Amino acid sequence: MAENEIQPAISVWNVNKSFHIPLEKSGGIKQKLINQLKGRKGYRDFQALKDMSFTVKKGEFFGIVGRNGSGKSTLLKIMAGIYTPQKGNIQVNGALVPFIELGVGFNPELTGRENVFLNGALLGFGRREIEGMYDDIVDFAEIREFMEERLKNYSSGMQVRLAFSIAIRAKSDILLLDEVLAVGDEAFQRKCVDYFYRIKRSNQTVVLVTHDMTNVERFCDRALVLNNNKIMGIYKPAKAKMIYEQLNRDTKSGTDKFKLEKRWGNREAIISSIKINQQSGGNITVNQGDPFEISVKTESKDDKKIIVGLAFYENDGTVMSGPNSYGNEFMANELMRYKVKSLPLNPGDYNLRVALYAEDHLTEYDHIEEALKFRVVSDKQCYGKVNLFGVWDSSKSGDEK
Amino acid sequence: MKLSNIFSRRNRILLRELVITDFKLRYQGSVLGYAWSLLKPLFMFAILYVVFGLLIKLGSVEHYSVYLLLGIVLWTFFAEATNQGLSSIVGRGDVIRKISFPKYIIVLSTTISALVNLTLNLVIVAFFMLINGVTLHWSVVLFPLYIIEIYILALGLAFFLSAVNVKYRDTGHIWEIIMQAAFYATPIIYPLSLVVAKSEFIAKLLMLNPLAQAIQGARYALVTHETITAANLFSNVIYMLIPFAIVIFIFIAGTLYFKKNSKYFAENI
Repeated sequence: MAENEIQPAISVWNVNKSFHIPLEKSGGIKQKLINQLKGRKGYRDFQALKDMSFTVKKGEFFGIVGRNGSGKSTLLKIMAGIYTPQKGNIQVNGALVPFIELGVGFNPELTGRENVFLNGALLGFGRREIEGMYDDIVDFAEIREFMEERLKNYSSGMQVRLAFSIAIRAKSDILLLDEVLAVGDEAFQRKCVDYFYRIKRSNQTVVLVTHDMTNVERFCDRALVLNNNKIMGIYKPAKAKMIYEQLNRDTKSGTDKFKLEKRWGNREAIISSIKINQQSGGNITVNQGDPFEISVKTESKDDKKIIVGLAFYENDGTVMSGPNSYGNEFMANELMRYKVKSLPLNPGDYNLRVALYAEDHLTEYDHIEEALKFRVVSDKQCYGKVNLFGVWDSSKSGDEK
Repeated sequence: MKLSNIFSRRNRILLRELVITDFKLRYQGSVLGYAWSLLKPLFMFAILYVVFGLLIKLGSVEHYSVYLLLGIVLWTFFAEATNQGLSSIVGRGDVIRKISFPKYIIVLSTTISALVNLTLNLVIVAFFMLINGVTLHWSVVLFPLYIIEIYILALGLAFFLSAVNVKYRDTGHIWEIIMQAAFYATPIIYPLSLVVAKSEFIAKLLMLNPLAQAIQGARYALVTHETITAANLFSNVIYMLIPFAIVIFIFIAGTLYFKKNSKYFAENI
């Protein structure tokens, strides 16, 4: 048992998944033959999941968030065993029930009662088991008088209530939920929330795919953020929410290369490029004592006054210097430069942080924590943190006058 | 697909529910409901009997009407199992895309529904046998074996066709044409003796088809010993085994093809 506790509920290793997207509308044999003759593939590959690895702990309420098309649902379907990955492995410990959609297999021509048995069978319940919980299901859905009517005569709200009532009966070690809370009236929504609190208290493992950050903050222990079909990271709910909201704002900015978790601000003005000695990336190496120039390009819809702040960090987090442009009356959409005649930093690796502020010095437009890294080298022996470029001289003692 | 998993509790529950659902849905909204699955082969029988039995007088066999009815019932079973099987996977696409479960259950459930229909139709055959005063022989015990043979053949084909249909939706149309040709290539309306009279070679060729061999065998077992079976026609045992070999080959190949492709049904449907 003790070993079981340590074992994760779901382990995902290096999972890759791509789909063939047909280039023509028809997928018939005729098109296949034409493609063959013309030597075309007839489809393009779309990689929906790129090298994903993570684990979901036992008893954890685990969120998956990301923008549309970031691979959330594909990931959930891979975990549910609906899709097979091209590369990588998934290990699930325990019984798993997926709710990609409520009411799977519901047939409009069958009665409510018949649909309960069919849907229940798809979820793994036998006839007798369902008979045992039938009254609970019907009462929870509040549609007792309609159970012998065909499903097609139900309102959509009634269908969802019925489906949800069956779903929450699912006794399973692991539940996979995909946005199933999106429907129903307010009273029903409240029931769903109650249900979520209930499964959170029980020791079921839950994986929830959602757009709703309120649910993430309310229920999740951790949340995985997906972006461009890759894992950005697994965070605490509050941080996941922050990153997700930035992802939504960040529709076109050219500074994608900056890790988003280390970037924030309201984006009324953004940093569009940062260069050290005309280099914007790669291995930036500067000789101690050489001239040193940082240039920051900014973008904004309107020309507003801005303040640029820089900070040079050592790897251990010590701030070596933190100059800002206060008093310079810089405007957005300008290229700003900070020049040092001779760089005093001692050899080592440094991080540059760049921030854009409003005039008031308080509103943060854009803030990039690890904007660039650079290395300082020197051919001399150096002690301490900086070179003061002092000048030595000497004279005989007693000759001080 | 471990053998022990094939009929695990969960899969049995699912299979049962799918068959029941199939049953309920098939004639949903029609006045006569399930009676149609009996009436359709009966009407087909009536038409063919009037045309070929009474007008063209093909009926040179003892108890021709029962002989014809049994042929039609067995053919209908085969056609239903393969046709419904063919479209079963695509038809259940909504479920396959949302839940993970062994896909063969779907194909199995449609073929079992066909088997249920066959049982009902055989009751009508029994009724006709009674009216026509057909006497039963010891050979009756062989009858279930031929049903099993046809079922295995249909199941293997259903596995193959349903998987192909996921990739190419042309499959249904192609199969329809093949079935039309096969209906006439199989001695259902005409007694095989007519073919033997023209050319024994062609008769032998026709009997290599497992469906022809099984239907003839079933008629021999149930209706009349006048039926020409594979055993009458082929002197060499090897030839008699060919239809069985075909059945086994189709079943294994169809199952393997299905198994290989079923992993990707969810994304290809």
